[in-house]
Amino acid sequence: MRYAGKKILTMCVTLFAVTLFVFLAFHMISGDPVTSMLGTQATPERAEALREELGLNDPVLVQYGRWAAGFLKGDMGTSYSYRMPVSEMIVDKLPVTITMTLMAFVWMILIAIPVGLYAAKHEGGVVDRIITVVNQIIMAVPPFFAGILITFVFGMIFRLFTPGGYVSYQVNTGKFVGYLFFPSLAIALPKAAMAIKLLRSSVISELKLDYVRTAYSRGNSKRSVLYRHVLKNAMIPVITFLGMALSDMIAGSIIIEQVFGIPGLGRILLTSISNRDYPVVMAVIVCIATLVLVVNMIVDVIYGLVDPRISVE
Amino acid sequence: MIRVTDLNIEFFDHERPETVVYDFDLTLHEGEIVGLVGESGSGKSMSALAIAGLLSRKDMKKRGEILFEGVNLLDCDRKTLRKFQGNEIGMIFQEPMTSLNPVKKIGWQVEEALRLHTDLSKEERKKRAIEMLQKVELHEPERVYEQYPHELSGGMRQRVMIAAAMICDPKILIADEPTTALDVTIQEQIVALLKRINQEKKTAILFISHDLSLVHQLCERVLVMKGGYVVENGSADEIFYHPKEEYTKKLIAAIPKVVRKTEKDS
Repeated sequence: MRYAGKKILTMCVTLFAVTLFVFLAFHMISGDPVTSMLGTQATPERAEALREELGLNDPVLVQYGRWAAGFLKGDMGTSYSYRMPVSEMIVDKLPVTITMTLMAFVWMILIAIPVGLYAAKHEGGVVDRIITVVNQIIMAVPPFFAGILITFVFGMIFRLFTPGGYVSYQVNTGKFVGYLFFPSLAIALPKAAMAIKLLRSSVISELKLDYVRTAYSRGNSKRSVLYRHVLKNAMIPVITFLGMALSDMIAGSIIIEQVFGIPGLGRILLTSISNRDYPVVMAVIVCIATLVLVVNMIVDVIYGLVDPRISVE
Repeated sequence: MIRVTDLNIEFFDHERPETVVYDFDLTLHEGEIVGLVGESGSGKSMSALAIAGLLSRKDMKKRGEILFEGVNLLDCDRKTLRKFQGNEIGMIFQEPMTSLNPVKKIGWQVEEALRLHTDLSKEERKKRAIEMLQKVELHEPERVYEQYPHELSGGMRQRVMIAAAMICDPKILIADEPTTALDVTIQEQIVALLKRINQEKKTAILFISHDLSLVHQLCERVLVMKGGYVVENGSADEIFYHPKEEYTKKLIAAIPKVVRKTEKDS
C-alpha cells in the first residue's frame, strides 16, 4: 500500500513538472492565439480586449496557476479556436488514440515473440539471417514512411482498405477497428523489429546458462526448455523495452494519425499547437503524459511478477 | 548396469580437431560409488556429460559405446535418450548458484522430472517433492517448496538439486563436482547425504571431483584422469595408499593443504 502511495505521489509530481514545463515553453515561443481567433477582424484594440478577457496579459505563473486550479476541479477550460469545452473535444478522441496504440502493442507482441524465438532457436540458419536483414531494414524505416508505404501497397494497389475512409467507433465499431488495422501495423513494425532483435539475443544468451543444462538433464525437449525455462528469463529485458515502446507508440501515433487521416488526439494536438490553443494543448499533453506514466507503472508491476529477484517494495 | 567402452570425444571448434577424452572405459554396477578424479581439463566432466547425454554440440564428435539397459546412449535418438534423462539417470552440477532456474519456484523445479516422466497428479507430485526435500535434510520443506533459488544458500540449493535429480529414483546419479563451490563444512554434509542416498536407494553414483580426500571418503572405486586418458583405475584404498602413477601421487600430496585449511576454518 505504501508502495502504491509512493508511486502515485511520484506520478503527480511528474505530471506537475511536465505541465509546468510545457506551459512555460509554450509561452516562450512566439505566436498569439488571439490573432488566429480574430482572423481578419483583428484590430489592435480588439486583440488587446480579447487578451485581457482570456487573461493572457497576466504573468505566466499566474496563468499556469489558474489553469492548474481549474484542471484539479475537473475543468480543462474552453478551446480558443473551437469555442467549446476542451473536455468535450478530448473525450471522443481519446478512445481513438488508445485503441490504435493498444492494437499496435498487440501487433508488436504477436510479431516479436514468435519470430524472436524462432530466430533464436535456429540461430545462424537461413531464416535467421533473412530475419536479421529484414529487421535492419524495418528498423531504419520511420513509422510515417511505413504508413505511406502501407497506404500505397495495401490501400492503392491491393485495395484492402480505403485510404482516408475512417469510420468513427461511434458509428461502427467493427469498421473502426478494421480501419485501424494498417495504421497500427505501421506503428508496430519498427518496434517489433527491435523487440525481435532484443528477444533473439536475450534467448541466445540465456540458452548458454547452467540452468538450461539442468533442464536438459531432467529430460526436457528443446521445445520445453525454450518455452518452460528460457522464455520467462529471456523476457525480463524485453519487458522493459516493450514498456518503453508502448510509451513511444502513444507519442508516435500522432504522426500516423496524420498519414492515415485519423481524427485522434494527435490531430487536435497538431492543430491546437499551430493555433496556439493553450487549453487544448495542455489537456492533450496531460492525457499523453498520464498514459505514459500509467504504462510505466504497469511495466514495473509486471517486472516484479516475472522476476522474483526484484521485489516491488 | 551401465558400461562405457572406448569413449572418445573430439572437438572441431578450433582450426585443428582436439581430442579431449581418449578410450574411456567405465562400468558402474548397482549401488556402487565410483570416483572420477583429475585436474580441470583432464576430461572428467566431458566424460560425465557424455554419459548423461548432455553433449550434443554440432562441433563435437563422439565415438564408442555407452550401454545402459541394452541401449547405446551415444547413438540412440533424442526421444529415447530423454526417457532416460532425469528418470533413470539423474545429474547434479558444480554450480548450485546458477544450475537452478532463477525465475521458477523450487517446488516446480524439484518435481519437473516427475511431470516429464510420470502421470502423477499435481497433488501427488507436490507430496513427493516435499518428501524429497525432507529427505535431503532441508528444514521446513513446505516453505522451501514455495521459495525461489535466490532465497536459498549454496548448500541448500545443492540439496535442492539433489532432490530434483533423485525424485524419479534414478538408477544412476552423476555428480559433477557437486561440492567444489561449497564451504568445507557443507561439503562434508553433502558427501554424507550422497552416501546415505546410495545406501537407502541403492543408487549408483559417479562422483566427479578433483579432491581426492572427499573421493576417498565416499567411493569404493576410483578412476584417475589426466589429459583425456584414464591413467589409474582401482579401489579407493589402493589408489589412496599405494598410488602407482606419479600424477596420482601429486594429487594425494595436494591433500594435506586442504586438511590444514579445514582445521583453520573450523
